[in-house]
Amino acid sequence: MSWRRNLSKFVALFRRPKTMNELEEEIRTHLQMEEQENLESGMSPEDARHAALRRFGNVTLAQQKSLEMWVWNGVEALWQDLGFGLRQLVRSPGFTAVAVLTLALGIGANTAIFQLLDAVRLRSLPVKNPEELTLVHLADLRGKRGSQETGYPALNNPLWEYIRDHQTAFSQMLAWSPTILGITEGGHERPVRALWVSGDFFDVLGVQPVLGRLFSSADDQPGCGGSGVVVSYAFWRDQLGGDPQAIGRTLTIGRHPVPIVGVTRAAFTGPEIGHAFDVAVPICSQAAYWTEGNWLESSTDWWLTVMGRLKPGDSLPIANTRLKSLSPAAFEASLRKDYPTENVRDYLHFELVADSAPAGVSWLRDMYENPLWMLLGLAGVVLLIACANLANLVLARGSARVQELALRLSLGATRRRLIAQLLSESVPLVLLGAVSGLVLARVLSKCLVSLLSTQGDSLFVDLHPDWRVLGFMSMLAVVTALLFGLVPAFRAASLAPSEAMKSGSARAGGMQESGRLRRALVIAQVALSLVLVTVAVLFARTLGNLLTVDAGFREDSILIAQLDLSRLRFPVPRRIAAKQEILDQLRGVPGAEGAAEVRIIPLSGDSIDNRVWGEGADRQSGFDPNFNWIGGGFFKALGIPLLAGRDFDANDTTTSPKVAIVNEEFARRFGKGTNPVGLRIHREATPSEPESIFQIVGMVKNSKYIALRERFRPIVYLSVTQDQSPSPFEQVMIHSTQPVPMLTSEIKRVVGERSQDINVGFGVFKTQIQESLLPEKLMASLSGFFGILAGLLTAVGLYGVISFLVTRRTHEIGIRMALGADKRQVLGSVLRETLLLTALGIGMGLPVTFIVAHLIASMLFGVKPDDPTTVALAAFALCGVSIAAAYIPARGAAKVDPLVALRYE
Amino acid sequence: MAKQPPGDRIELVFGSLDMLILRTLRWGATHGHGIAKSIERMSDETLKVEHGSLYPALQRLQQEGWITADWGVSKNNQRAKYYRLTALGRRQLVAETSRWERFVKAVTGVLKSPELEEGQ
Repeated sequence: MSWRRNLSKFVALFRRPKTMNELEEEIRTHLQMEEQENLESGMSPEDARHAALRRFGNVTLAQQKSLEMWVWNGVEALWQDLGFGLRQLVRSPGFTAVAVLTLALGIGANTAIFQLLDAVRLRSLPVKNPEELTLVHLADLRGKRGSQETGYPALNNPLWEYIRDHQTAFSQMLAWSPTILGITEGGHERPVRALWVSGDFFDVLGVQPVLGRLFSSADDQPGCGGSGVVVSYAFWRDQLGGDPQAIGRTLTIGRHPVPIVGVTRAAFTGPEIGHAFDVAVPICSQAAYWTEGNWLESSTDWWLTVMGRLKPGDSLPIANTRLKSLSPAAFEASLRKDYPTENVRDYLHFELVADSAPAGVSWLRDMYENPLWMLLGLAGVVLLIACANLANLVLARGSARVQELALRLSLGATRRRLIAQLLSESVPLVLLGAVSGLVLARVLSKCLVSLLSTQGDSLFVDLHPDWRVLGFMSMLAVVTALLFGLVPAFRAASLAPSEAMKSGSARAGGMQESGRLRRALVIAQVALSLVLVTVAVLFARTLGNLLTVDAGFREDSILIAQLDLSRLRFPVPRRIAAKQEILDQLRGVPGAEGAAEVRIIPLSGDSIDNRVWGEGADRQSGFDPNFNWIGGGFFKALGIPLLAGRDFDANDTTTSPKVAIVNEEFARRFGKGTNPVGLRIHREATPSEPESIFQIVGMVKNSKYIALRERFRPIVYLSVTQDQSPSPFEQVMIHSTQPVPMLTSEIKRVVGERSQDINVGFGVFKTQIQESLLPEKLMASLSGFFGILAGLLTAVGLYGVISFLVTRRTHEIGIRMALGADKRQVLGSVLRETLLLTALGIGMGLPVTFIVAHLIASMLFGVKPDDPTTVALAAFALCGVSIAAAYIPARGAAKVDPLVALRYE
Repeated sequence: MAKQPPGDRIELVFGSLDMLILRTLRWGATHGHGIAKSIERMSDETLKVEHGSLYPALQRLQQEGWITADWGVSKNNQRAKYYRLTALGRRQLVAETSRWERFVKAVTGVLKSPELEEGQ
C-alpha cells in the first residue's frame, strides 16, 4: 500500500462517521438518478426502481467495501495485539511482577540519578537569558592574601565597587554572597539562609516580584543601614503564612527591625544550585547588621561572587579583553591598608577574567558531578543486565509457543504480524515498568537529596521533571523494549515452520534452539556483574578505609559549641579574659571532661596557611604550613599526644613572648632534627598582624586538618590567649560522655546565667566528620546496592539458562544414568557447565573491570584500582552466586529417572 | 446505441476499473452515476460494470490522491458528490494507459504468432 493511502487512512481516522453518512447519501442519489433515467426511457416506477437496483448490484456490499477501504488495518490489528498481550501478562502474574519490578528498578534508578544530574549540571538557572551570564574572578591566585569567605571564586568589596562603576565589558553586573543571618522572633533568634546582594541583582537576573518590589541600585548605597529586606517565596509561604499584607511587616535581623519590601517569585530559589535562600539584603547593610568588622572596606576579605551579563553581540573573548584592560586601575583603586606589604605587588598585577556560567555556581555540582555520572553509568549497566534477563525470560516463554507460532506462519501470518504480536507483550510490560519507574524515580530522587543533606546544610534541589528527564526516560523505555522484546521476536520469526511443527515430544519446547543466544546473554550478564561487584567492593573498601583511618584525634564524645559574644560589646583588650571566664564555666559543667577553644575545627573544610621560615633564613627558603589557634587543654580534650615540650598555659599572654606548638610533620619539613622544641620561626605578616617570631615550645603527634583523605600536613598551633585581634566569637570543643541533649541544655543554662545576650549554637564533632564522608558513603551504598542487584539478576538469569540446558539434555542424562553414572556425577557435570559459563563471563568482564576501575581511581582511598584481592573477591562472589543459582536445576538433573527420560525420542 | 445482451458483457480485469474511471474524468467533473454511465457509453455497453463496484474504487482513487471530491448540485437539483481528476491523477492516467497498451500489444503478439513447429 502506498504511503499516500496510508496517510489518507490515518487522517480519516478522525472523520469516520462523516464518511459513512456521505457514502450513504451518495449511493442513494446514484440510485435515484438511475431510477430517473429508467423512468424517462419509459419504464414503470416499480420496474425503474428494480432495474436501478439490479444495475447497481449489492448495495450493502458496495457500502461495506467502500467503508472497509478506509479501515486502517494497522491500528485495528495493533489494538487487538495489545489486548492480547495484556491478557497474556495477566495470566502469568509471577513473570509479570518480576519483569515489571526489574524494569521499574532499572528505569527508576536511572531516571532518578539523571534527574539529579539534570538539576545540578545540565539545566540553566531559571533566570532571564542564562546563556549570557558569566562569572568574573581572579585569573591567577598567586600572592592572594586574606580570607576566602565562600566556596566560590570571589572578589573583595572595593574591587566590586570599582568594577561596577567603571566597567565596559558587560551590559549589566551583579554581586552576591551567601551568609547566615539571625532573625529574632518572640525572643528567640534563629538562623536563616541569607544573601548579600548588589542593588541590581534581581534586575540583572530578570527576577520578578510576586508581592511588593525588589531591590534597585538606590537600595545599595553606602550607609544604607537596615533599609529593607527581600524574602523568598518559600520563606513568605512558610514563615509568614503567605500573608498578602506582608509588605511593610518587619523582620528583626540582628536586633534591627527591617521592613520587608518584596517577595520573589516561587521559581527563583537563588543563584546557587543546591541551596535555597530565605532572605536577601543589600551589600551595604552589612555595616548595620555586623556589629564589628564588616568587609566593605577590606581588600583581604574575598566574599563577593561577581557575575556579568554579556552585551548583545559580544562574545566572551571581547568581554575578557575589556576586563583585562580594566584590571590595573581596578586593583590599584581597590587596594586597602590591610593588604600585607610584601604581596602588594602581586595584588597590583592581578587580572580579572570571565567564564561562561549559565548554570550559576554550585557546590553540589563541584562535589557530586563526577560521582553522579559514575552512578548513572552503573545504573545503566544494571538496566542492561535486567534487559538481558528479561530477554532470556521472554525467550523461554516464546520457545514454549514455538509450535503455535509455526502453525500461524504456515497458515499465512506474515512475519511482521508475528513480530508485532510478540512485541505486543513486551510493550505493555515496558509501559508498566516505565510508569512505575517514574513513580519510583520521584521517591528515589527525594531519598538521594535527603541522603546528601547534612546537619548544618540542608540541600535544596529543584527536582521537577523537565522535558529532558522525560525524554531520557522514554528513550530508555524504548531501547529496553527493543532490546528484550525484539530478540525473541526475531528468533521466533526465523523459524522454519515445518521444522518447528515436528511432532510431539515433551522436548518440543525450545527443542530447536541451540541455546547459544541464551548462553551468550548470561555470559554477558556475568561479565557486567563482575564490573558492578568489583566497583562496589572498591567503594566499600574506600569507605571502610576512611572510617577506620587514624585521624590523629578523638572523634567521639566531642561537642562543638559556638558562642556569639558580639552583643556584649566587649572592648578588644577585655575579650580574651572574658572568653576564658566562659570557658572555665563550661569546664565546670557536669560531665565535661575537658574543653578548649579552637579557631578551626578539624575536618570542617576551613583552613589557614601562612609562610614560615627559620631563624636566620629568608622568606624564599620557607614553606607554608597550616595554622590553627587553640587554647590550652585542646590537645588533651582531643586526645592528641604531646610528644615533646609543653602545652599552652596561663603564662602565655598577649605580653609574653610569642609561642607556638608544631606537629611531627612540621618538624620533618622544617628539617632541623626530630625535636624542634626551642627553635624559633618567622611567620609572614598577615592582614591583622605584622611579621612575627614565635618560639616552638611543644610538639604533638600528627592529625588530620582538612580531610580524612589527606596526608598529614605540617601544622603550627598558636595560642588564643596571645591573639592580638581577638574576635567576639568563641568556638569551643568539649569532651564529654554525657548524652548530647543533656549537655547542650546544661551549657545553655550556664551561658544564660552569665548573660542572655550570648547566642549558642551546637554541633556534634563525630557527625560533622561522618558528613564529610558523604560522597564516599553515597558511592559505597549505591554502588553496593547496584552490585547486589546485579548479582541477583544474574543469578536469576543463570537459573533460567541452566534449567533450560538441563531440560534440553534430559534424554542424554537419562542415557548416562542408565549406563551407570550416579547422581553425584550428573550434579557435578551441571555445576561444571555452570562454572564454565561463569568463568567465561568473568574472563570477558576482566578487561572492562580494569578500565572502569581506573576511571574511578581518583575516588578511591587506600586501595588501588587494579587491586587483585578486590577482583578476586568479586569473582569469587559471582562464582558462589552462580553455584547457588544452578543448584536447583542441578538437583533436578540428578533426579532424572532414566526410564522416563529414555521413553521420549 | 443498441445494448449488448447481458450475457456477452465482459468482466473487467482487475485494476482496469481505476483506469476507466480516470479516463472518464478526463473531460470534466462528474458524480458517481455519471461515471458509470460514461463507461457504459464509451464501451458500447460491452464492459460489465456493476455500479456498486465503482464506489470502493472511488475511495481508493481518492486515497491515492488521483481524484478529489466536492459536493455539488446536479442538473436535477440533487446534491451529489462530484469527482475531479488531479494533476497527479492525470499523470497516473497517462502511465496506466501506456502500460495497458503495451500489455495489449504483448498479448496480441503472443496470440497472433505463427505456431512453432518442432525442429524448425
